[in-house]
Amino acid sequence: MIPGQGLLKGLAVTLTNFVASYPWGQRLLKLIGINGISGMFTVEYPEQQVKPAERFRYFPFLVYDGTPDNLRCVACKICEQECPPQCIYIEMEKDEQGRPVKQHGRTLPKRFDIDVSVCMSCRICVDVCPFDAIEMDNDFELGAYDRFQSLVFEKDKLLKSAEYFAQIKPTEAAEVNARLAAKAKKTATDKPV
Amino acid sequence: MNDLLRPDATQQALQQRVPGLTLTIEGDALIIPADRLLEVGRFLKESEPYRLDYLSNLCAVDFVVEGAHLETVYHLYSMEKKHGPVVLKVRVPRDNPHQPSVVSVWRGAEYQEREAYDLYGIIYDGHPDLRRILMWDGFDGHPMRKDYVQEDQDALEERHA
Amino acid sequence: MHSRNVMPEQALETQLLELNIGPQHPSTHGVFRMEVVLDGENVVKLKPVMGYLHRNHEQLAEDMTYIGSMPFTDRLDYFCAMTNNLAYAIAVEKLVGLDVPERAQYIRVIMSELTRLVNHTAVTGFLLNDLGAFFTPTLYAFREREKILDLFEAASGSRMMCNYMRFGGVREDLPDGFLEGACEVVDYYPKFLDEFEKLLTENEILRARTQRVGILPKELAVSASVTGPMLRASGVNYDIRKVDRYSIYDRFDFKIPLGSIGDVYDRYYVRILEMRESVKILDKVLRDIPSGEYLSPRGKAISKAPRTFKPPKGEAYGRIESPKGELGFYLVSDGSVNPYRYHVRPPSFINLTILEDMCLGHKVADAVIILGSVDIVMGEVDR
Repeated sequence: MIPGQGLLKGLAVTLTNFVASYPWGQRLLKLIGINGISGMFTVEYPEQQVKPAERFRYFPFLVYDGTPDNLRCVACKICEQECPPQCIYIEMEKDEQGRPVKQHGRTLPKRFDIDVSVCMSCRICVDVCPFDAIEMDNDFELGAYDRFQSLVFEKDKLLKSAEYFAQIKPTEAAEVNARLAAKAKKTATDKPV
Repeated sequence: MNDLLRPDATQQALQQRVPGLTLTIEGDALIIPADRLLEVGRFLKESEPYRLDYLSNLCAVDFVVEGAHLETVYHLYSMEKKHGPVVLKVRVPRDNPHQPSVVSVWRGAEYQEREAYDLYGIIYDGHPDLRRILMWDGFDGHPMRKDYVQEDQDALEERHA
Repeated sequence: MHSRNVMPEQALETQLLELNIGPQHPSTHGVFRMEVVLDGENVVKLKPVMGYLHRNHEQLAEDMTYIGSMPFTDRLDYFCAMTNNLAYAIAVEKLVGLDVPERAQYIRVIMSELTRLVNHTAVTGFLLNDLGAFFTPTLYAFREREKILDLFEAASGSRMMCNYMRFGGVREDLPDGFLEGACEVVDYYPKFLDEFEKLLTENEILRARTQRVGILPKELAVSASVTGPMLRASGVNYDIRKVDRYSIYDRFDFKIPLGSIGDVYDRYYVRILEMRESVKILDKVLRDIPSGEYLSPRGKAISKAPRTFKPPKGEAYGRIESPKGELGFYLVSDGSVNPYRYHVRPPSFINLTILEDMCLGHKVADAVIILGSVDIVMGEVDR
């Protein structure tokens, strides 16, 4: 038992890791016979970027098929009710008498505001939407210079196309599209002749 | 669950071995009168075959609908015999919420009773240091009671001279 | 040889010093304040003061549906989101009597044990920070932790605030490539633990500073409702995975490491050994996981329409062995959409009961590492 051998063992570990953080160091260690020490683990963001996982969720967006006025949302207000921190505000598009306006055979929202500083990315709005109209985006670089004006996203800023959704989340989009196609087929066959 | 710890078996054992005690059962829990709590607690902790030496959870509930009372719920387990739970409940009226503290039996009740006092206003007689723990000192009221009205934060406070 | 002229010892008139450690302090693991009374450097009295992070989680849950409070349980003990979710799901399943399909049980065990690894590496790293080894062991531990957090992101969408468990299973199935990634991490883990132990366990400075410091005797630990690695380091064999046998833990063969003295060194070493046991469990689960449903049909209905879920009148107390101790949820339902009473039994809060007893007689620096070994997270202490 050499006195201080615990300390020396620890120092040997840190020295090995230090040497392994250089490319020539990895080769040197392989020569000596020490394998499997991982080198530099740090990613120098923002010059180097790590692609997030497919399911990474940050902030919701509204989906439209084809053109921005063909959005799937019908302003049913279920997501507004279920949102735990209450960050969604919806107003349905109504005419002067107060009756809801229809477009493409559906009602639509006049206002759809989500507050970025309140939203906690829990994805419950996506879980409860009966029309697959709201999905989670994975863009997290949303910095702004003022807190209350730019960090409340309105309907126009939230609208993104279904192709964009298929591009960022291929597996989930495939599932959603299959579900919507099955629903459309069912309503087509159910329609009275 | 162990047959021994079923509420009716525990009620019978307690009524036999602790003199002059009558208990009622509600669901899985035994309702203990407030003044006999310490005796029941010591009996359950020390005597065979219970040896319930571990107080897992102490929490307060505010019942406004069925009788206006405040209730403290105790979940007891045994670390020695690895069995449990036995659920005890003690009820106190809202206008006189005093009940004995079990800190002398189970030390782990110390902070949990302080929390029940802070948020519900139940006063535990015999607690070594009963003061607010989660709300700040000088806070007025007991926030988790069902009749608590949150102060209007936009109104200016008036200072009376 | 000259004889030294030694001055006779004069008694100095000293006063006791009252000092506040925290709430803004790098070593108090969050916003936590300790009011200490010192005689020189020795601690004479210590009173913890908490409540700086009180967010009235329990009252918020009374206004929300049952599913709606699931994301808030992530934020209780923010290192171990998956186990918080699991404890809540188990409590509600007990209240209503929901069954969980086989594959969902295996996925839950995978996530719980990965969370145990995540937590124990973090807490060991922070304990070493408190000891003065500024960040070296922490970053070695965090290197492995990053790989596990990437797995969490692949499965649930978020590294820490996972919101993954639902009543009756998990929110969605594991993605492709998850099991291979998890096997890679778990196969490398024993090698990482060997390197970590080589760095720390026989280190003379660590031993001198942590052995015989903050001793917690067995009887006091049981009486003060201490649970988790702190209890097992004092020698009491009580692990809820073995006692209650919740989920499918009775199918796995793992030991419960016990300490003998109950000092800070024992608590550190018990956590290292628990990590080794978790790796054993993970090895078996990742091999044996069956295919099947990830969420029972009733669970899917509850997730899709939270306002239709109205549990019958009653109450339930569900508890699990979270990495910090016994995490329990006590729910009282009155038949409506919101819970009537929702209470969290937080392990960190209750483990702080005997902080004063452990610290008396030690120096201030020891009080800091004793707090580090208790393993508190303010999100759980204050809720």
